[in-house]
Amino acid sequence: MALTPLNDSMITGSQDYASIDNSISSMIIDQKRHTRPWFIMFTFGVMGTGLLGAAITWLLYQGVGIWGNNIPTAWAFDIVNFVWWIGIGHAGTLISAILLLLRQPWRNSINRFSEAMTIFAVMCAGMFPLLHTGRPWVAIYWLFPYPNIMGLWPQFRSPLMWDVFAVSTYFSVSLMFWFIGLVPDFATLRDQSKNKFARVLLAIACLGWRGSQRHWHRYEQAYLILAGLSTPLVLSVHSIVSFDFASSVVPGWNVTVFPPYFVAGAVFAGFAMVLTFAIPIRKLYKLEDLITMRHIDWMAKITLATGLIVAYGYTLELFYAWYSGNPNEWDMTLLRRLSGPYAWAYAALIICNIVAPQAFWFPSLRRNLTVVMIVCQFVSVGMWLERFVIIPMSLTANYLPSANRMYYPTFWDFGMFAGTIGFFIALMFLFIRFMPVINIFEVKDLLYKLLGHRDSQIALKPVEVETVGGAH
Amino acid sequence: MEEKQKHQEPIGEGLESVKGRLSGQSGKSYWRSLDELADTPQFQAWMEDEFPNRSTLLELNRRDLLKYMGASMALAGLAGCRGVFLPQDKVVPYVKAPEELVTGKPLFYATAVTLGGYATGVLVEQIEGRPVLIEGNPDHPASMGALDVLSQAELLNFYDPDRGATVVEQVNPGTFDTGNPSSWELFDEFFGKTVKPAALKNGAGLRILTGSTTSPTFVSTMTTFLAAYPGSKWHAYEPIGRSNVHEGAKLAFGKPLDTTYDFTNAKVVVSLDGDFLSPTANPGSLKYAREFANGRRVKGLTGTMNRLYSFESTPGLVGGVADHRWAVKPSEVFGVASALAAALGVAGAAAATTPYQKAIDAIVKDLQSVPGGALVVTGDNQAPEVHALVQLINEKLGSFGKTVNHIEPVDATTSETVGDLRSLIADLKAGQVETIIIVNSNPVYDAPADLKFAEAIAKAKHKIKLGLYDDETGQACNWFVPITHSLEEWGDARAFDGTYSVMQPIIAPLYEGRSVIEILSILSGKPHSGYDLVKATWRKSGLVAGDFEKEWRKIIHDGLLKNSGSKPVTVASTLSASTLVGPKKTSGLEVILLADPCIYDGKFSNNGWLQELPKPLSKLTWDNVAMISPKTATSLGIVDEGVVDLTVNGVTVRTAAFVQPGHPEEAVSVYLGYGRTRGGVVCSLPNGDGHLAAGDPRSPGGFFNSISNFDGGGFNGYLFRTSTAPHFTTGELKAVGGVTTVATTQGHAPIDGDHVKQFEGDTRTVVVEYDLADFNKNAAKYVKENKEKSTEIRDQNLYPDKIFSSESPQWAMTIDMNTCIGCNACVTACQAENNIPVVGKVQVARHREMHWIRIDRYYSGDTENPQLTWQPVACVHCEKAPCEPVCPVAATVHSHEGLNQMVYNRCVGTRYCSNNCPYKVRRFNYLNYTDNQRQFDVRVDDKQRIPLLRMLNNPDVSIRGRGIMEKCTYCVQRINEARIEAKKAGREIQEGEIITACQSACPTQTIVFGNMNDPQSGVAQWREDPRAYLLLENLQTRPRTSHLAKVRNPNPEIAPVTKTETTS
Repeated sequence: MALTPLNDSMITGSQDYASIDNSISSMIIDQKRHTRPWFIMFTFGVMGTGLLGAAITWLLYQGVGIWGNNIPTAWAFDIVNFVWWIGIGHAGTLISAILLLLRQPWRNSINRFSEAMTIFAVMCAGMFPLLHTGRPWVAIYWLFPYPNIMGLWPQFRSPLMWDVFAVSTYFSVSLMFWFIGLVPDFATLRDQSKNKFARVLLAIACLGWRGSQRHWHRYEQAYLILAGLSTPLVLSVHSIVSFDFASSVVPGWNVTVFPPYFVAGAVFAGFAMVLTFAIPIRKLYKLEDLITMRHIDWMAKITLATGLIVAYGYTLELFYAWYSGNPNEWDMTLLRRLSGPYAWAYAALIICNIVAPQAFWFPSLRRNLTVVMIVCQFVSVGMWLERFVIIPMSLTANYLPSANRMYYPTFWDFGMFAGTIGFFIALMFLFIRFMPVINIFEVKDLLYKLLGHRDSQIALKPVEVETVGGAH
Repeated sequence: MEEKQKHQEPIGEGLESVKGRLSGQSGKSYWRSLDELADTPQFQAWMEDEFPNRSTLLELNRRDLLKYMGASMALAGLAGCRGVFLPQDKVVPYVKAPEELVTGKPLFYATAVTLGGYATGVLVEQIEGRPVLIEGNPDHPASMGALDVLSQAELLNFYDPDRGATVVEQVNPGTFDTGNPSSWELFDEFFGKTVKPAALKNGAGLRILTGSTTSPTFVSTMTTFLAAYPGSKWHAYEPIGRSNVHEGAKLAFGKPLDTTYDFTNAKVVVSLDGDFLSPTANPGSLKYAREFANGRRVKGLTGTMNRLYSFESTPGLVGGVADHRWAVKPSEVFGVASALAAALGVAGAAAATTPYQKAIDAIVKDLQSVPGGALVVTGDNQAPEVHALVQLINEKLGSFGKTVNHIEPVDATTSETVGDLRSLIADLKAGQVETIIIVNSNPVYDAPADLKFAEAIAKAKHKIKLGLYDDETGQACNWFVPITHSLEEWGDARAFDGTYSVMQPIIAPLYEGRSVIEILSILSGKPHSGYDLVKATWRKSGLVAGDFEKEWRKIIHDGLLKNSGSKPVTVASTLSASTLVGPKKTSGLEVILLADPCIYDGKFSNNGWLQELPKPLSKLTWDNVAMISPKTATSLGIVDEGVVDLTVNGVTVRTAAFVQPGHPEEAVSVYLGYGRTRGGVVCSLPNGDGHLAAGDPRSPGGFFNSISNFDGGGFNGYLFRTSTAPHFTTGELKAVGGVTTVATTQGHAPIDGDHVKQFEGDTRTVVVEYDLADFNKNAAKYVKENKEKSTEIRDQNLYPDKIFSSESPQWAMTIDMNTCIGCNACVTACQAENNIPVVGKVQVARHREMHWIRIDRYYSGDTENPQLTWQPVACVHCEKAPCEPVCPVAATVHSHEGLNQMVYNRCVGTRYCSNNCPYKVRRFNYLNYTDNQRQFDVRVDDKQRIPLLRMLNNPDVSIRGRGIMEKCTYCVQRINEARIEAKKAGREIQEGEIITACQSACPTQTIVFGNMNDPQSGVAQWREDPRAYLLLENLQTRPRTSHLAKVRNPNPEIAPVTKTETTS
């Protein structure tokens, strides 16, 4: 490494256990740390949530006709948003589960809020498949295989049915995983809190955690089992979501490369979103010592890597459209995307998802927070456009030319999407204020390891150790 | 406190006003007024609400709630005996069930509906006393079992809540006052005291204006009326009249005659701007279409077809099916006719020069090669000289008595028999008219603009409008008197060929209307019931031979007097073609004014079914536009759907341009019937009470009309019409910049939907076409090729060839693209049968129209004059339906009889099925479209509606709520009915027992339905026909609906023979 050594350890500054405890738990215990930026963001979030409430109320009152969906474009923003949000969640699961199993301790300072993002993103995502139905009041339970006297079962061959299982499993496992991880931290907060009410609440939340050896043992076991359960979900959830399209006859949807390409896209979008939140939060709450430039750098690298997989996916999509010899596929996948009325969307998608992330080849740009932020926004927009290009655009023109129709979104299409973004922001900022944003005990554990398994009471200089090697 | 006040308002205020209205009225009116109490806006809104307690319960306190419970129970009782359905005093339960009535079983009654006075025989399906469907009467020569869109849609007109319900006295005629509800008694008193004495003294001051009529009883009643008031006069005006036909015959033969055609033996047909297939252009269209299609049906490996040449102005149905078509300006037609006459050697015909000389020479050769099988037709829009010339041509061709017949005019209101509109207006202006009675026509709206009817009528002292709707003319009159709809009255009429039909009431009048003949008999002082009047006329007429009473019952049962068509008269021309001076081709922009293919002359403009029916070629709904050719658009710098100013005779209207391939150059077509200002919420523009204030920018010619007004409504084409040039004139068209929205159901979007071939290597089987000569030579080869292709496709998968091997019937359908004329009859029939809602212009523009069957239009060839292919598409009931496995709740499943079924109750509305349907035939209720009380409220006004439209629905078909997917069911309700009957009789379902709604309405018998397991069935045979193919066969969905390839029969001397199959 000829590069100037970067201040790139996983923990920087003079740290001991107390300082780590303090810098994280003070965000909850000392509510005065939340100043104007928090209020501005939270207000945004609440306004968005209000818009979401209005959009849902109007939707339930009037029907899906308030959106721009039509025949042939029966799915549009609703499913685009669903897939986009589900994708966002994937980074959290990847970070918490796969990186845990792969013993990547750098995940310790980012896993907590990525997991929170996963849960909130899945909540946003989950709204769409339910609310996009014509009759959500029956769709909410008819899609589940509950025993009934009519002997009616869902259609198990339908990818939408698989979605129900995929998404509900994903949400419940993610929630459980997140909560289990929070238990020791709740205990820490309980011990530190001066407020009686908060102490009672935290005591309940931490399930009476006392930090005994047995507790730790059970904890580790449970956590590993859940990580094991979550790991396949990272791959399966988005694969199943992609089956909605891949298993259909619609040109532009019927693509076998979709499952891996959707998963890569999900991780790609997810990391972009993690970075989007991590960069401002570490600055606002002075967490630069815990979320270091090394984290940013590595996340940017993963974004680049998954971005390249996505680019490869686009290429394969085109290749197989040609190689399969299916002219309808070729027409939709190439001709209409390049020269049809929605060519702008495809061009923007290529710029956002393929061109923009190339900046991450350059270490200097990876470490330039402004650049990273901008590229991440490109990626988020690009991944949304990708779903737009695939979902409504493919529907606008398929087999019978007479049925070709344009799709135009309405105010409520945008309103509902903006509403979920607001809802997500509101939840994220509530989370920042009332829950430990960074996994306190895992960071302490990391510190212990970084110090070569020594006592942490000694004031540290910036650690030179680059690898954690043999983490155990 | 304020809230409480608000809730007490409806009843409190209602009662007060009722009391006010009650004072001084007789006991009979008491009930009606209480109904008005029940009909207060707030109460209606509450009653008609889907979840009535949703809004009010939140706001009510306990005391109010109890009060309302009591009040609503009392009022619900009152609402039950609402006088609008039946007079209150006649409502009694059955003591003995009426003969033949079995609850739940439909009864069919033969009657007739009229269009422009001409009758079409129909069978009305009546379920528990209410008409739910109108189908053609197979015994009637003008129907032959089929039915056009307008006659079918009479059903919706009948239920229209906007129909005039009561007698209305207008104190200030001509203003936007809604007038005061009055009564028959008061009108009678007015007529007896004010009009009658003066009329008896000076009958010349009494005038009656009617539309065209063919009714013998109407004529005899009028005769009585005119006799009762000596000197009174009858005038007639029909906006889409047939006077040119009569004038032309007068020129040729010296007397007015009707010309009827016989296409049975017509081998070569030339149409000179005559759309003989379109019901709005020719009253015999259903018969002509049937015969014409029979002459084109190709079955088996070889076939013969008639050949159709069309010189056409506005693209219409005839040009769409023609083997050769030329787009000409209407003024050019006389020149073409002259050239044809000259080439045929018609005496006196001077050789005219037209650009089509070469084609005309070939046509003439073709015409002469089929002695007795040649036929030249022209349209009612064309000048009398063209008609005269065409008579000469047909005479020369020896077609008289073979393909062309002449009969005495069926229309009783020719210029020979009654006065015309022009003389009436002259008299009005001269102050000679004291009282004018306008019978069911709307001259204030549809009279030629130069006659200024609205100004003239103001000069009459008493103006009385008898009509179905209180429309523009009603507004100009002192009295509006409601008449009954043809389903509610006794009457009679004659068909285009003179056949006598009887009309019988299917239901008691919904409103207070009385039939016109009854009103006239009352006014002439000899009141009789409609039944007596009709029967007396028929008894006197001598039409019925034998025992009258016995025959009369049979006539009513049949709906017509069989074989009563006029006997053809033998004619010989007395004219030399050289004396005919017809229109010359104009050099500037020509404006063509013609009846709308859906809403006719405006009589149907309050009809949601017809407003939303896609016009045959343009697929436009809810609007009229300035239709121009692509070349004209380019030369005038006009873009498709761009805003343009159309100026004719100094009148300018701002509208949307519509680029129509195949339209003649330097011409613009305008459909009449739009831009109504009064006469119902569907047709007229809103302004609180549904009427437009003077100077409103939404008024005809105002800026917002048809442009920003997203609700549609179009503009009034009659403003361009003059009495001297009613059909075509000259004008100016200019782009003013900007683009607007018109709602079409196909094409006209950045995504091209008009052409099949869109990219290289396309393997889709969409449209298959053959050339007749080539087909006759090579059909066996094509069959072999297609079989090989099908086998190859089938071999690609693992499914057995026969997926449904059950012994039960297997339903299938074939649609013959060769005989389809694109007339839309199937679309409306399906809409009526299957309770398909109307969604409004905004929703159509969003591509959410609900029609289960659509007629796809594909162009091929030159954009200026393309060839056209019609392809009706409904759910094709795939054996391997892609929609079925993707539905997460299994709401769409297959029956053992091969139907792809939609289980509405199970559907949650994920719409995945529609995405996965390659044919895009599924329709989704994006909003609550079937909320019948509001479905036709495309414009909001204050007027409260009676929930009459609930009665319109076919009880055999479920109503679909919002959020539900729906689609063609192959009329499963009819299948089930037949199955029940068959089971009862212990037999199999017979061939021909099940006729789907679309099949029944189709004038050309394009659609065949049946059991393909029965090798003898029509459908099984057609499925094996060499022309049969499966739509998108390469997807292996195995449709149960097969399409039959189109065959063209071009003249090799005009176009080189090429195999024009548009897919590989």
